[in-house]
This record gives sequence, structure tokens and C-alpha cells, in this order.
Amino acid sequence: MTGTYLGMPAMPATPRMPAVPATPEVPSFPEAAREAVRDGVLRANLRHATHTIRDKRARAVAELADWDRLRAAGRAVKDHTLRHLDRYLLQLEEAVTAAGGTVHWAADADEANRIVTDLVRATGEREVVKVKSMATQEIGLNEALEAAGIAAYETDLAELIVQLGHDRPSHILVPAIHRNRAEIRDVFRTEMGRWGRPAPGSLGDDPRELAEAARLHLREKFLRAKVAVSGANFMVAETGTMVVLESEGNGRMCLTLPETLISVVGIEKVVPTFRDLEIFLQTLPRSSTAERMNPYTTMWTGTMKGDGPTAFHLVLLDNGRTDTLADETGRQALRCIRCSACLNVCPVYERAGGHAYGSVYPGPIGAILSPQLRGTARAIDASLPYASTLCGACYEVCPVAIDIPEVLVHLRERVAQGGPATRAGIRVTLRPADGHTAERAAMRAARLLLDHPGALRAGERLLARARRLAPRRLPGAGRAWTDSRELPTVPPESFRDWWAARERSTPR
Amino acid sequence: MSSKDRVLGRIRRALRDAAPEGEIPRDYLPVHGVRTPAARVDLLAAHLAEYRAVVHRTHEEALPALLTRLLDARGARSVLVPPGLPPHWLPAGGPTRVPDRAESTPYELDLVDSVVTGCALAVAETGTIVLDGGPDQGRRRITLIPDHHVCVIRVPDQVVDSVPQALPLLDPARPLTWISGPSATSDIELDRVEGVHGPRTLEVVLMGTQ
Repeated sequence: MTGTYLGMPAMPATPRMPAVPATPEVPSFPEAAREAVRDGVLRANLRHATHTIRDKRARAVAELADWDRLRAAGRAVKDHTLRHLDRYLLQLEEAVTAAGGTVHWAADADEANRIVTDLVRATGEREVVKVKSMATQEIGLNEALEAAGIAAYETDLAELIVQLGHDRPSHILVPAIHRNRAEIRDVFRTEMGRWGRPAPGSLGDDPRELAEAARLHLREKFLRAKVAVSGANFMVAETGTMVVLESEGNGRMCLTLPETLISVVGIEKVVPTFRDLEIFLQTLPRSSTAERMNPYTTMWTGTMKGDGPTAFHLVLLDNGRTDTLADETGRQALRCIRCSACLNVCPVYERAGGHAYGSVYPGPIGAILSPQLRGTARAIDASLPYASTLCGACYEVCPVAIDIPEVLVHLRERVAQGGPATRAGIRVTLRPADGHTAERAAMRAARLLLDHPGALRAGERLLARARRLAPRRLPGAGRAWTDSRELPTVPPESFRDWWAARERSTPR
Repeated sequence: MSSKDRVLGRIRRALRDAAPEGEIPRDYLPVHGVRTPAARVDLLAAHLAEYRAVVHRTHEEALPALLTRLLDARGARSVLVPPGLPPHWLPAGGPTRVPDRAESTPYELDLVDSVVTGCALAVAETGTIVLDGGPDQGRRRITLIPDHHVCVIRVPDQVVDSVPQALPLLDPARPLTWISGPSATSDIELDRVEGVHGPRTLEVVLMGTQ
């Protein structure tokens, strides 16, 4: 719809938001990445953005002489909380309830979506405003609400760009990092009018103009909103306090103007004491946006008479987190405070972009978190632990010292060899992933040859003589390997033969 | 079995073999550097300005004249006033005073030009002001919807050095809003743009005693 803005929000008869494309058949990481690295615009957008933010971050971190100690403390607080997670969640529930809130427990995505849908229905409203939240993306809440006839409006600028563009987020902190200003202008011009106030006809591609268009478009939604849905960066067990860090004020709008506030939060987001925030309020902004402090932080405890929502619901989300907790090596992924510093330094993310990871958690943290939350049964999840060069840059920048390379290697082993894991709370023994059967057969053959030097020597000579016939690509199961690698050329003589000849001809 | 029991059961099974964890090291710094009260206020002013807040300095006697000038310069016709704002801060005859009332709708607040508040405290190292809904600050939304926020900080008393010094002074039972510069976004090519949904202009008045 185009035309002049007449002051009335242009609501379709039945509000239907552009849903994030459903992707039941997500391609594996190498397949998706191959597409992405061919996209020159995408690579340029990503390179510009990640390099800008990583340089700024390094300066912000260098300001604090005690960074390493803050990092160690953050890690220890998170480990301690995870070690006693049951106790802290019960304490949190008690504190939130005492402050006038209601706590709900959701074992999986479906249950969380059902709880939120029922809570929205109970208000009689058909639309909600949303603060950017990874947890609600993870469970597909917008799609679930849409199926129930409830429109969910994303209000973070980047999320709005993604939602209006029928796109998927590509970065934890800057979901529209893969879009440049010209692309954003086009999205605003064509899509805004379908969901509310249209963009001005003369809209240019200056970031100020684009932000202003978003301000006007969203303000009508903020002012009329009766129900909001958010996540939270932290929950304090001791006091029941919820904490949301943001920049634009869309968070404050959603957290304080509506009558009903529903927060969906992963169980790993709890910290024991109010004092613990002193660590994360120093490390999170510097690691994520490279600022000393983000422009706005909102903290609320239950409900406050006369100020803010009159009803507060907290939905505590498991959805694979307890399975992750059961893995001794992998559980450190639950320390993550979603700062996204690991994305910005990752050479693989920089080239492949966030979509290739097939998950709301892209980059190095996504490569270890998604296969743990979802299991490794699907091709994408089995491929994610390999979406890394193991260079270790992600570990270096992590403000809670998650040893991402260690977990990647651990998960590779699980994918290749199978073994014990926990799924939906039940101990299971995983079989090796299909794609790795050939690799294991090759390793068995190699062991046989290396254990029998005569056979190896004979094989090498045969190969050297037939080298003109050697293919550039391997056939059958080996093809996947040579698709992304050069097959080495076969030398005219094996090293062992060369060495033996050299020994014979060189006088001692 | 309820979902609560299911989740708690899973957690307990997951942790059955977990080793007891060590102590939480708290050897990080409570303050980064040693400052005189004046240097602390200077650092606050520098950090506020760096994130595009407009900083003014005055003393209590000159405050009404300064606030009048700031509101005039914006062309403000109405100003939101928290219930406990000292009456002498805003002289009579200025913009229409709009009281902070629970029954005001967001649409009504959207028509107000400016808001003047005090604060609970300010953090020099991060350039942050913290509001706790106290009588001189009002409800959270009044500093959010109008486009112009003037915040008065009593210096040096309300200024602390660091985040670790700020938290013990705050009451988590109150709604807390931490503000570091005006509303901003970097979502478009990481270009920082001030003023998205919150006030586009944040003016901070450092009010000392004469």
C-alpha cells in the first residue's frame, strides 16, 4: 500500500505480520555458507560492521585495568549459579511472586508459546509489542502468536528491519547487520505501510532519516499497546529483579507503558545477588556495543503500584538448557550473556554471515549452543561444530571465558563417534552421524595400513605409478571432502622409497 | 508432573555428578582510579558529553534561571513535573506545568514538550544517571515519552565513581532506570544515531553548592 499518510494507522483487517520464513529443511552449514560467500554485498556489509565494532570493543575493554579479573568473576558467578540452578530458580520464583509477579515454567518451546498465547488471550488483546529477545526467537513465538490470530510487532530497529523485510536475523546484537542503508530504505518504503504508518514518500537512505521513519512508525504502536513481550538479560534470585539492557528506548516503552508485561527468559539468565550485576553491567556493554554503558537499562521487581504494568508474568524457559547442563564440557555454553563479541571476531562468521548457521544463535556461540539445545540429529546441527577454524579468537574476547574451541572439539567428537547425551531430560546414546561413517571407515583402513608396513609400501608404489590416472575429485562418499579441498597431487615416488634410495646412495 | 517439577528434576539429574565449584573471586576493582570530588564530577561531565548529552553547570541559586533558559531555548510550552521536584526550581510564568499523574494516558504525555527531574545518583566512570522513581523523578514513563529531558544532579553528593559503588546505594525494590546519554541506535551500518524512541535531547545540569 502506498499513498499519503492520513493520521490513521493503516491496519489490515486481520493483522498479519510478515512471518519469518519457516525453514523446516535448513541446509547444512557448508551448503548455506557457500551461497553466502558468493554474495559480494553481504560480505562487504559484514566485513565493514564486524571490523568497526571489534576495534571499538578493544578500546572500551582496554579502559578497564581489571578486565581479566572481571572476566574471571563473571565466569565464576555463572558457574556457581549453574551448579545450584534449582535453588536459585526457586528463590527467584519466590521473590518475583512476593513482588506481585506470576511465574510460569515451560519445559519446551511449545509449552512456552502456549503459556504466552493464553496470557495474551486472557487480556482480550490481539496485538503485542515486543522487545528484542533471543529466547522468543528461539521458540518461534511470533509465528505461534500469529497462528493464534495475534500480531506481534518487533520494536527494536534492527528487528523491525528484519521483520518488515521478511528476513531472518543475522547477528545477535545487530540482527540487520547484513543489510546496508539502501536496502533498509527499500524495505521501509515498500513494507511499512502494510503494518502501520507508512514511511515518508521522500525517504532517503541516511541513517537519521531511516531511524526517524522507524520512530514515527512505532510510536503509534507503543502508545496504544496494552500487552508487551520481552526477554531479560539478567534475573536476580535474591530480589526478583529483572534487568533489560538496550539503547533505543523501545525496551523502556514496552517495559513500562503496557498494562501487561510477559517476559520469556531462559533459566540460565538468573544470577544470585543484586551485587552480581556490578560485574555484568561493566562487561556486557563493553563486549557488545563497545560502550562504557548502553544508553538505557531498565530494572523492575514484580509490579509497582502506579508505575509500569499492573500485571507481570515471567515464563522460565528450559527448551534444551537442562540437556546442555547435563554435559560436563558443553554446559559452559550456558554462561553466555549474549554479547556477540565472538561473532565480531570470527573469521568464519565474517565470511559466511549469520544465516548460514540456521539458528537464531549464529557465530561461534551458536555453533556450540544450537547443537546442544536442539540435539545433533539434523544435518545443520551436526555440521555446526565444524563451522570454525578453531583459531580461538572467540575464547579470547568472551567476557565470561567460554572455551568455545574446547566445546567445538567435544561436539565434533560426539557427532563423529556418537556416545552419551541427554535429550529432553533422558540419557540417550547417540549413533555416529551418517556423513561420518565413511570418515571412520577411512580411519580404520588407515590404521590397518599403518599397522602393516608392507601393505602400505605396496600401496604407495602402486599409487605413484598410477598417478596420471588420479582423479581431481574423489568419487562416492569422499566427494564431500574434495568439494571444499584440493586433492593433493601424488608424487612420482613415495617418501619411504626416496629415503631408502637416499640411504643406499649416500656414503656414511 | 508439573513443568516446574520436570525442569527442576532435569536440573538435579544434570548436576548429580557436578563437582563443587570454587569461590567467586571478587578481586576486581571497586573503582578505577583515585579522584577528588571535583575530578569525579569532571569525569562524569566528560563521559556524558561523549555520548551526546548536553552538560551544564550551575549552583542552586542560579538553577531557576538556567532551567527557564533551557526550556525557552527549546520553545517548550509544557513541562512535566514530578510531585517532589523542589518548587523553587521552576519559577512561575514559564511553560505550563503538567503534573505526573497515574491516570495520564501515553497519548497525553506525548503532547508534553519537556520534563525536568532530579536523579537518585550518577556514575562518573560510565557517564550514567540513575532514576529510582523517587519524588523528584516521578514515574518511569515521564522521562521517556517527551522529547526533551532535563536532569538535575546535585554535585558532588550524588556522584559516585563506579558501578560497584552505585549498586549498594540503590533499592532493587524500586523501579530503576539507568540512562547513559540520550536514546541511540547503531543498527544501520553501525552509524550511531541519537534519538530513536526515548528523548532525543538529554540535558544534564550539574548543580553545585555555592
